[in-house]
Amino acid sequence: MHIPDGFLSTEVAVACFVPAAVAVGVGLRRANVELDERRVPLLGVTAAFIFAAQMLNFPVAGGTSGHFLGAALAAILLGPWLACLVLAVVLGVQAFVFADGGITALGANVLNMGVVGALLVGGLMAAARRVAGQGRTALLVISGAGAWLAVMAGATTTSLGLAISGTVPLGTVLPAMLGVHAVIAIGEAVVTVAAVSAVLATRPDLLGVEHQSVRPVVAGAV
Amino acid sequence: MRLFTILALALAVGLATAASPFASSHPDGLEKVAEEKAFLDTGRLAPIQEDAPVPDYAFPGVENERFATGLAGFVGVLAVFAIGYGVAAVARRRPLTA
Repeated sequence: MHIPDGFLSTEVAVACFVPAAVAVGVGLRRANVELDERRVPLLGVTAAFIFAAQMLNFPVAGGTSGHFLGAALAAILLGPWLACLVLAVVLGVQAFVFADGGITALGANVLNMGVVGALLVGGLMAAARRVAGQGRTALLVISGAGAWLAVMAGATTTSLGLAISGTVPLGTVLPAMLGVHAVIAIGEAVVTVAAVSAVLATRPDLLGVEHQSVRPVVAGAV
Repeated sequence: MRLFTILALALAVGLATAASPFASSHPDGLEKVAEEKAFLDTGRLAPIQEDAPVPDYAFPGVENERFATGLAGFVGVLAVFAIGYGVAAVARRRPLTA
């Protein structure tokens, strides 16, 4: 489930819309200024894949399940701001079509499951680029570690929102959220590394990495 | 790009349609915590969500639960692709301001 209406106070719900809307606005502007035409389908495909993967709940300990979030993957494929846009599309459709995640809570869901993780991973990528260049190894390390951290960061901000709303004390909700999401985040890391590896194997140019393949003709065709 | 797009979209459609009916139905992380810490009941649907087209990822009017979920996934994944593609295409063409 995403945060439904009622979990958050009106003040917190409204306050979450502000950074969420700003991030999506920057994403729209980036789409205008720097999204080259060949990457327009990539944005749609990334959103579609994240929607699909979010449906695939996997069991974690104790009668609990977890599912993919996708902010890290989107940030790696499209950059942090377009990732915010992608998650807003996914979460918007989920809220309005599938009644998953509240309407007044949509800003909070976009913030916690999109913006926080996307900017975190975007920051890690920028830092890695300065230190190590845009290599395969750096990308895969960020895919794994960044995905794990993005989920934990989202669980933290979700807990903060719930606590500030007076729904549940922070000391109660934060350890519980971090405990279960530490395991769920491993699933996030596995899926993100697998997806980034698949893109590296078929279309490394999308990630700004040169082809390593000994079969450039085949790879080029894909 | 075209072949990559088609293959990746096919994978997404396949996962949403064929794999989602077999996903775990246990409560997810947030739902479990809400249940254990006794704030799950504070959640409610927004009025506009009472008439959501595909409530709770079950396509309406389909008896078989797995078919209902698979169909919901199929429709959802194509809707998300179309809207994502559309938003990106429209945003690209928006004239630059200030």
